[in-house]
Amino acid sequence: MKGYNGKILRVNLTKLEYKVEVLDLEMAQKFIGGRGLGTKIFRDEVDANVDALSPENKLLVVTGPLTGTPTPTGGRYMVVTKSPLSGTIASSNSGGYWGAELKFAGYDVIILEGKAAKPTYINIEDDKVEFRDAAHIWGKVVSETSDILMKEIPEKARVMTIGPAGENLSMIAAIMNEKDRAAGRSGVGAVMGSKNLKAITVKGSSKPAIHDEAALKTIFKDCLGKIKENGVTGSGLPTYGTAVLVNIINENGAFPVNNFQESYFDKAEEISGETLSEKHLIKKTACYRCPIACGRHVRIGDGEGGGPEYETIWAFGADCGISDMDQIIKANHMCNEVGIDTISAGATLAAAMELYQRGHVKEEELEGLTLKWGDADSIVEWMRKTGRAEGFGKKLAMGSYRLADSYGVADLSMSVKKLEIPAYDPRGIQGQGLQYATSNRGGCHVRGYLISPEILALPEKLDRLSLEGKPLWAKIFQDLTASIDSLGLCLFTSFALGAPEYADLVNAVCGTSHTADSVLEAGERIWNIERQFNLEAGISPSEDKLPKRLLEEPIPEGPSKGWVHKLSDLLPEYYELRGWNKEGYPTEERLKKLGL
Amino acid sequence: MNIEVRLFATLRTGRFKKEVQTFERTVTPKDILDQLDIPIEEVAILLINGRDGQFDTELLDKDVISVFPPVGGG
Repeated sequence: MKGYNGKILRVNLTKLEYKVEVLDLEMAQKFIGGRGLGTKIFRDEVDANVDALSPENKLLVVTGPLTGTPTPTGGRYMVVTKSPLSGTIASSNSGGYWGAELKFAGYDVIILEGKAAKPTYINIEDDKVEFRDAAHIWGKVVSETSDILMKEIPEKARVMTIGPAGENLSMIAAIMNEKDRAAGRSGVGAVMGSKNLKAITVKGSSKPAIHDEAALKTIFKDCLGKIKENGVTGSGLPTYGTAVLVNIINENGAFPVNNFQESYFDKAEEISGETLSEKHLIKKTACYRCPIACGRHVRIGDGEGGGPEYETIWAFGADCGISDMDQIIKANHMCNEVGIDTISAGATLAAAMELYQRGHVKEEELEGLTLKWGDADSIVEWMRKTGRAEGFGKKLAMGSYRLADSYGVADLSMSVKKLEIPAYDPRGIQGQGLQYATSNRGGCHVRGYLISPEILALPEKLDRLSLEGKPLWAKIFQDLTASIDSLGLCLFTSFALGAPEYADLVNAVCGTSHTADSVLEAGERIWNIERQFNLEAGISPSEDKLPKRLLEEPIPEGPSKGWVHKLSDLLPEYYELRGWNKEGYPTEERLKKLGL
Repeated sequence: MNIEVRLFATLRTGRFKKEVQTFERTVTPKDILDQLDIPIEEVAILLINGRDGQFDTELLDKDVISVFPPVGGG
């Protein structure tokens, strides 16, 4: 079948051996690729109760059938493993150029097993796979590691690496590629670090074969037109980046402030996308074959580099009561350098500030730094200490749940399944709250982005505070997203494209006969296999919940004043629509229907 | 009657970020947008006091309207 290379690179780091295996294409088609295929292989091969940081856990790097093909945004890869942070299945997605390059080298999947005896990196050049000593880059930050490796590998090869945070087994460590693109969430960088694997460099020389080049050209043109005409993908994201959401979400009164104690930030304008564009932007940047170009290249102090996303601006900004954009940009840069997830890192810092506010964290723990709301001067140094596991930074590196729990107040962690909730207060956006509670990797916005209909009026406007119909919207968005994540495309295409376009794209590339319905059904299959893994891992449906604050403490001021989240009114209908029983377990009947 | 008008993203170009406007008569968001030369088709999100608004709603003293073109992200 075209689109896939049909090859798995299986690497045993304990023995420093590798072999190339044939990918089961029937299975690949059923689970598409990326997130779906990765989860299927992972669940088949790994005990759900494995210790995530033990050599027995595996780390999978999985492309989709559209990765590396001439499709809009077709360059993404997914990291699949068991999360050390949440204990759930982890699938963490990244853009840039690395994923496409892996495809050019002839592989669909890398399965990393065991643990190297000493720091190691893997260099891949088509059929050549080498294990190289990484002693000289161990301990180095992401940009320096990348610069050193670029001198040791072929020109135009791509570098994926962890920073010091991954080496130090921080539960919020990311895997970085091209210096500032991140498979950010769920602590996947710690799994790589636990295997003594510092980096994977890759250079390939052949493009994947396409089933019907002429059909693909026609469909590509159609999709490109829709992306360009759409206000969000055609002008909003290119002009302002994701940070344009700061003012939108704040005007709706759903922009969490001071660890979700409030939800309207009176200094939002200072950290808005408009301000970022006006005062800090140097140029926009794009990932592989992306017509949107939402990436920001900005001034950082006297230098320049990757700019902060909306979520990052919120996490270090409003969630910490901070309105100093320069310091937020520097904190973002420091996170990229030490290799940590900016959402979890900023949200954990906000939790620490509340622990300090309430007297749980004492002055003497801070080693001369501060944890006061709105005080921007310490945040960059806190991130350095987090990445280096120094002093109180070592506690921050464990994420907000373990931090707050260590003081006996786990309720102050604004997380679901121990993964920090991002930049949308579910009390003011009810459907998004249901999505957070049921997401298979925990508090995550991109497993089903209901902000699209509830705030942005895409594909139609829903009342953000109404419960009506929200469970069905959540299910459909979750299922479609699972498919997009598996194809190897960027989720942002879904502002302009829908299931019919995704079916056309994959059919032209692979020669499959997908329909809009079968794309959604594949997504539902993927959603259910993730759920099965989590249940096997001991994550019971009682974990489908939100932090107590969001269920019991009304938003005190602003346009969403007085609202709490009404999760218990939404969950039963959601379970029913999923074909799960009242307790939230998938029924035999539905699993059979999905071919599981 | 005072209405606070907040404009965002590209709608600010050649206009303003935030302005309190005074009216002697009843006024709707559409009246205000017409006066600012903003076609309704260019408005993706209209909020009145942070809640979904209609273009023909009669505004009350001290209402805040927030107007966005099609933008978004995540």
